[in-house]
Amino acid sequence: MYDLIVIGGGPAGLAAACSAWESGLRSILIVERDQELGGILNQCIHSGFGLQYFKEELTGPEYAARFVELLSQTGVEVRLDTMVLDITPEREVHMVGKTTGYRIEKARAIVLAMGCRERTRGAIAIPGTRPAGVFTAGAAQRYVNVEGYLPGRQVVILGSGDIGLIMARRMTLEGAKVLACVEVMPYSGGLNRNIVQCLQDFSIPLYLSHTVTDIRGKERVEQVVVSEVGPDRRPIPGTEMIFDCDTLLLSVGLLPENELTQQAGIAIDPRTRGAVVYENMETSMPGVFACGNVCHVHDLVDYVTAESQRAGAAASAYVQSSPAPSGPVLEVKNGPGVTYTVPQKIRPERVEKNCGIFFRVNRICGDSEIVVSSGETEIARFKREHLAPGEMEHISLPRVLLDRADDTLTVSIREVN
Amino acid sequence: MQDVLIIGCGIIGAAAAFELSRYQLRVTILEKENDVADGTTKANSAILHAGYDPLPGSLMARLNVRGVELAKELCQRLDVPYQACGSFVLAFTPEECAALETLKARGVANGVPGLAILTGDEARRMEPNLSDQVMAALFAPTAAICSPWEYCLALAETAVQNGAELHLETMVTGMEKQEDHWLVHTTKGDFAARYIINAAGVSADLVHDMALPHSFTIRPSRGEYYLLDKAEGRRVKRTIFQCPNKDGKGVLVSPTVHGNLIVGPNACPVVGDDTSTTADGLEFVRSTALKSVPSIAFGQSIRNFAGVRAHAVGGDDFILQETDGFVDAAGICSPGLSAAPAIAEYLVELLQKAGMVLEKKQTFVCERRRTRFKELPPEGRAALVQQNPSFGRVICRCETVTEGEILEALHSPIPPRSVDAVKRRINAGMGRCQGGFCGPRVVEILARELGLRPEQIQQDKNGTWLLCGETKGGRADV
Repeated sequence: MYDLIVIGGGPAGLAAACSAWESGLRSILIVERDQELGGILNQCIHSGFGLQYFKEELTGPEYAARFVELLSQTGVEVRLDTMVLDITPEREVHMVGKTTGYRIEKARAIVLAMGCRERTRGAIAIPGTRPAGVFTAGAAQRYVNVEGYLPGRQVVILGSGDIGLIMARRMTLEGAKVLACVEVMPYSGGLNRNIVQCLQDFSIPLYLSHTVTDIRGKERVEQVVVSEVGPDRRPIPGTEMIFDCDTLLLSVGLLPENELTQQAGIAIDPRTRGAVVYENMETSMPGVFACGNVCHVHDLVDYVTAESQRAGAAASAYVQSSPAPSGPVLEVKNGPGVTYTVPQKIRPERVEKNCGIFFRVNRICGDSEIVVSSGETEIARFKREHLAPGEMEHISLPRVLLDRADDTLTVSIREVN
Repeated sequence: MQDVLIIGCGIIGAAAAFELSRYQLRVTILEKENDVADGTTKANSAILHAGYDPLPGSLMARLNVRGVELAKELCQRLDVPYQACGSFVLAFTPEECAALETLKARGVANGVPGLAILTGDEARRMEPNLSDQVMAALFAPTAAICSPWEYCLALAETAVQNGAELHLETMVTGMEKQEDHWLVHTTKGDFAARYIINAAGVSADLVHDMALPHSFTIRPSRGEYYLLDKAEGRRVKRTIFQCPNKDGKGVLVSPTVHGNLIVGPNACPVVGDDTSTTADGLEFVRSTALKSVPSIAFGQSIRNFAGVRAHAVGGDDFILQETDGFVDAAGICSPGLSAAPAIAEYLVELLQKAGMVLEKKQTFVCERRRTRFKELPPEGRAALVQQNPSFGRVICRCETVTEGEILEALHSPIPPRSVDAVKRRINAGMGRCQGGFCGPRVVEILARELGLRPEQIQQDKNGTWLLCGETKGGRADV
């Protein structure tokens, strides 16, 4: 019996395990399906990680290495090349590995840190033939950065999420020609710094309000047709542009990887596609916590770390002091301009000083106010000069304000003219 | 000299080879692609129809009903995913209610057991997600679903186990009738055989014309599909048809044996094997399916695909005929998959009438098993991993497929040569991430086991290359 089993050894799992150790747990197991710790950071060899958390600019592997180093100073047990297949309501974790065999381990608490996966061509129904050469940006990134192979020479990228932007630069540096980056929305879903450093610096055109409407080629991609879309996001006939290329990379969104969560019967929020969590990242199943991209898709790993440290500490508290029955629960709701919030539920009496709320907006906004209200009453307002869907937002609510709310908290955006 | 040369290794060629491998005959199958089941067989609705659709007295009617009866036992013995789910045909108008009566009468004439007409309410009680607009439904309890490519693979593998020879990447280019045999020219040299079976699918007319005067034309008809995530797999329990129309059986909604939901097809005449999907076609499929089952969540789509049916111009029946030892199995559109083993029996009868002598093979084996890690209970999984640790390495996380299963497939009678060939054998890459995660790992294993470089590994057919070379820094392991 372990005090804590952490499922996933990426940035979320590493931070949660370290933090649980620091807060006193001594029997912790991390289960990682890959052959090394670090998760997706291992293939993110570009820099830009750690500016918030370490106050310096690191590459993905360097960022992971800092936590692997921290972990090595603890007694946390790690099982690599091992995949979790099942979690039962009794907190039994079924896992299998080539060297570790098939094992069933019990835990007092569990942290879910499985990360996310990429949306594919099938999810967005791009018409055309089905040749080789259509890759998700992350799969292409793995081929280039981990395996050392180039998946194509003439490239079109659909979607301007961060991985797509990063891969535009990466493929260019490897000698491929990136012909265009195409985005169906009128704004990019990626960080502004990536648009500048990955597209503009290499003169790669970004076509906003455009999408791929046909893929041509029998064996391998030969052409990609790009069309402008109207305000309804439907293609406008007559605006077709044809690109001769051998590769189409897709960066069309990330989905939290919650098959285990769902199998275990844990409540899922259809907005985040991750578990519904309380202020301490606890899910609807007591003693099971979720953090990082499995809970909601983050833009910066630094925020994953912070969130996962809270989850790790909370898991530790859960194991060490059987939690008191909880008092009132506030439901956090997304109001106008906001797509989701994490947490979705707050137990005010479990909040010591402040409670952070993370969310994303649904459009680009200039000077704005983030308004928190409970029923008809406004309880807090925060000013922002700029808000964008690609950048996760964060506010911190003092406990005293939470005590003033009843039943629900709604977070919404009000643009100031 | 071969006794029988089969051209094409889709479901019909494979079924014919399987049936012939029961006898003391030298049988060879030629397939132009780098895998079996690579044409119509891999892209269809995967339905074993009950048999109420074809006109009584037709070959289709007789062979459909016999075929689904044979399929039940075959799938069990050859370890092919099969599920007797039953089917509904829905009626939305009084005219369609009358059409159900006609279908039922046809079914009774064809010998289909258990047909019943249900009221809308009765149908909704069995399938709660059906539309309120459904007035009646024809229930066919003997309809089933299967994995068509695994069915084909199992038949072909068993034929090979029993001595048949399979030549992949071998395309027929011409044929000559000699005194007592046929001389067949291919891209891999000449073959001589006493009898030929033409099971070339959408190319069956071209192959026929190499041997005999032109007698039929295949005009392929394309059908487009949605495949939805397992989250939608229980939207319906049975295959849900609408009333058949001039284009065929129409858009269906059905569970698949792999746990997904399949929706389609439309019908659109195309040239050759054009299996592209179109925005209009997919929209037609989507909106038509919603009429039957309004709650389908198309946001859960994981793949679109299209297949071509080998439809013969002017023909509403299978073309099964023999001339000078040359046997056509052509125009095999729906219910071809359902009828396949019965078509194979019929082809053997034709050959026998043409003078072929049949002597049973004493050593014939009709048994096939493959390991499915995912389906084992925890104790079974533990024992398997202990015995062979490669079953402990999960390669495809969506479908829980292990390295051991890939290695097993590589040592099977028809080993996979491409990433998609691995998918067809053991489901790796078939799930919601569509190979985004396991693709690079499958490439690595294929390269290692086949002694090739990763850039030589194909996605599917020859020419479907995945990698164009090493990066500037070179590959990772040197």
